Amino acid sequence: MPALKVENLAKTFPLKKPLFGPAPPGVRAVRPMSFKVETGETLGVVGESGCGKSTLARMLVGLLEPSEGRIEIEGRALDNADPAEFGKLIQYVFQDPQSSLNPRKTIRQVMEAPLKRLHGLGRTKRDSRISEIFASVNLREEFLDRYPHEFSGGQAQRIGIARALAASPRIIILDEPVSALDVSVQAQVLNLLAGLKAQFGLTYLFITHDLAVVEAVSDRIVVLYFGAVVEIGRAESIFANPRHPYTKLLADSAPVVGRPLTAPEQRGSELPDPLNPPPGCAFAGRCPRATDLCRAQVPELKDMGEDQLAACHHPLQD
Amino acid sequence: MRAFLKLLFRNGLAAMGAVVLAAILILVLITPLLPLQNPDSTATADRFQKPFSEGHPLGTDHLGRDLLSRLLHGTRLSLAVGIAAALIAATIGSAIGIIAGYFGGRTDNIIMRGVDMLMAFPYILLALAIVAALGPGLMNALIAVAAVNVPFFARNIRGITVGLAGREFIDAARLAGMGHTRIILTELLPNVLPVIIIAMSTTVGWMILETAGLSFLGLGSQPPQADLGSMLGEARSALISHPHTSVVPGIMIFLIVMSINLLGDGVRDALDPRLRSGALSRASATTLVDRKSDIPAATDDLLAIQELETQFHVGKRNYRAVGGVSLAVKPGECLGVIGESGSGKSVTALSVMGLVASPPGVITGGAVRFQGEDLIGTPYETLRQKRGDRVAYIFQDPLSTMHPLYRVGQQLAEAIRSHHRISKVDARARAIQLLKDVRIPNAESRVDNFPHEMSGGMRQRVGIAMALANEPEVIIADEPTTALDVTVQAQILSLLDDLRRDRGLAIIFITHDFGVVAQLCDRVAVMYAGRIVEEGPTQAVLGAPAHPYTKRLIACVPELGGGRRELAAIPGLPPVVDDLPPGCAFATRCDKAQEACQAGDVALKGAAPRAVRCLYPEEAV
Repeated sequence: MPALKVENLAKTFPLKKPLFGPAPPGVRAVRPMSFKVETGETLGVVGESGCGKSTLARMLVGLLEPSEGRIEIEGRALDNADPAEFGKLIQYVFQDPQSSLNPRKTIRQVMEAPLKRLHGLGRTKRDSRISEIFASVNLREEFLDRYPHEFSGGQAQRIGIARALAASPRIIILDEPVSALDVSVQAQVLNLLAGLKAQFGLTYLFITHDLAVVEAVSDRIVVLYFGAVVEIGRAESIFANPRHPYTKLLADSAPVVGRPLTAPEQRGSELPDPLNPPPGCAFAGRCPRATDLCRAQVPELKDMGEDQLAACHHPLQD
Repeated sequence: MRAFLKLLFRNGLAAMGAVVLAAILILVLITPLLPLQNPDSTATADRFQKPFSEGHPLGTDHLGRDLLSRLLHGTRLSLAVGIAAALIAATIGSAIGIIAGYFGGRTDNIIMRGVDMLMAFPYILLALAIVAALGPGLMNALIAVAAVNVPFFARNIRGITVGLAGREFIDAARLAGMGHTRIILTELLPNVLPVIIIAMSTTVGWMILETAGLSFLGLGSQPPQADLGSMLGEARSALISHPHTSVVPGIMIFLIVMSINLLGDGVRDALDPRLRSGALSRASATTLVDRKSDIPAATDDLLAIQELETQFHVGKRNYRAVGGVSLAVKPGECLGVIGESGSGKSVTALSVMGLVASPPGVITGGAVRFQGEDLIGTPYETLRQKRGDRVAYIFQDPLSTMHPLYRVGQQLAEAIRSHHRISKVDARARAIQLLKDVRIPNAESRVDNFPHEMSGGMRQRVGIAMALANEPEVIIADEPTTALDVTVQAQILSLLDDLRRDRGLAIIFITHDFGVVAQLCDRVAVMYAGRIVEEGPTQAVLGAPAHPYTKRLIACVPELGGGRRELAAIPGLPPVVDDLPPGCAFATRCDKAQEACQAGDVALKGAAPRAVRCLYPEEAV
């Protein structure tokens, strides 16, 4: 049984109806997408700004109600978008560790909230649970009575992770958990996350725009473009053998030591407009392989062999 | 709290207001204990006695009542009503504002349109209508004044709440299983409270005036009860013949309202976090210079930063952001400066053109030479002529560096026209050409876009175009691609690379990304805690890092194509630059550190162009 199963999950943000005339169709932030995450797996989600990564994450934890589709966690359907219900199964680690902590609450108050509200633990049980969690994220207990502004980014992110763990979830959504941190601290947090996953048998959904980071931590990777999945594959092979031209563009754009500087994309390519989406493949306007078929018909996600799926009419071959 | 009071009393006017208000408050608090006459006992024979007459220090009114006694009792009542009205208005208004701001959507719409309707009436008319409906009396005047001020609080607090409700810690609270009521009370309210206090402190004065106004019209306190407004009202008929009867309560109202307003403004300034950090203390046009050491001699580089020291003086603390940095670039060369946050890389860059905010920034040593001429300490006008013309900057976030209300073409033209006298038409043509140079498609139509109409990559191209506008010799790019997507970053980097090759531009490129440095830069300098720890040609530094920090920092960064792996982390945190240890700043995190590392200053040495600041380097240089 997969830890997380998503079927045809989609979100459309309605636009304001003008005074005269019919309401516009709305912005499709996430187009219907389906995927599974096995227990103990780390699924990486990559994409550029505006591709729907954060909307997807917020739907998965119940902060945003999906327009359609269903979310199943360990076989249980979660139909009501109630964060308190989701909270015990799935938790969220935010991108900006400082702004995810209330500046006027001590760390102890922050840590106690999920233990009290979600699990109804008594005072002594709470204290022992907090000590346990703090030990596992390498934080000293004396931090508990301090306020968020006294911590560096890395420490604050550990506190954010500790808070997520306090709910004893099965799955943690990590939304760009290290992109606000310095590189030397980034590695500390990534290693900590890997250790916690083994220790508590967690399942991760790791959202980022950094290809190198996602490759280093994930088992499988989903590539999003314009609100839709364009490719899914194993982490070790997806960037080396991309089937979708967009995945290849991403891989070629990442700055790598020892690779000469090239602009992998022709100049002047324009991104698709969310208010006026193209009828066919959203990437067609930037794609060197695009044909009339691509501009007319949205490609389906197809099996490309070796656990790889891509949504492309003209996939790349080795 | 102590810091708050200290800050408050540094403001002279606020301190004066506080003293006056405190004196009045003490007076009215002890009024019942003072040997005063009954404020309501009339003595028609003694009517209109002048001030300083026997038994009546402030004289008497038209019924011969003692003015001093009436004044103190009246002030007591007016203050009580004003403060009570402020508290009621603040409580109800804030509750409405928080609910509207937190729930948003339809709830917000209905509540706020109701509040708007309340605001559509002139406030005094509304107050009159309320009193007319409820009947005259001090209590009803209080209700009217409070009701009239509810919209002010509701709108203010709603605005703050909308901003807070979108913050991540509210989402986190929801995920922790907290309900709406609990979130409002324990997450939102503590963050909104300072704003409520500020709004209250600035409106109490108004409310006292409004209550006095209603009493003046005979709708507030009823005779014989005295409050400041009714005292004025009763004295109105004798304004010319016996002015003291109206002057006495008039001065009291003036003193109360003035002192409350001065104090309220002071409280607002002291509580506002932006003002506390000194953001509104106007920065001088160039960074302050206070050089004690000798000024290094000129070199033949295009731009040379020599032994630069920049510090931030905040209170008693001295943050040594840049502690003796030397860098130089030649035409057509790209120098990478790499470091983590707090390493001093951005402050170094800003010091070049004297752009570090002063206060608190001070350049305390070294020189910055452009074509041999020392820029530090030069008059503002000389520096202004070079800024953007000879040395230009590209910043990280083009959205915040461009003016949101001007079209990009106008901003480009302004950049040109501030250095060259050309006509508006020529400037516009040049702006279009610049946009073409940075490969913006449809430059002729894009020139009339506002910044918000462009994507992040397009905006950064405009930022680069603006830097190129006056054909500078040097461009200092401070993390220009950090906020951009990778596909856009690749385009911007290749654009910068072409520009420097075609035009012989020297680029100082500040970043934290080794991949970017490797692709773009000829040489690289690694900074840690305000100093350069290693420098050399890019290939040499990245291929065979000599400083343990460089080596371990490179190992921290995952590289694409490496597969799933454990990353090598550096334990600990970078030091805070107001309390640097003696010797090597990295020693506490370094596994090769010996006693000698922390004993004394470690010099940057090696065979040019390589150099390393380490006693036990990984590689001999």
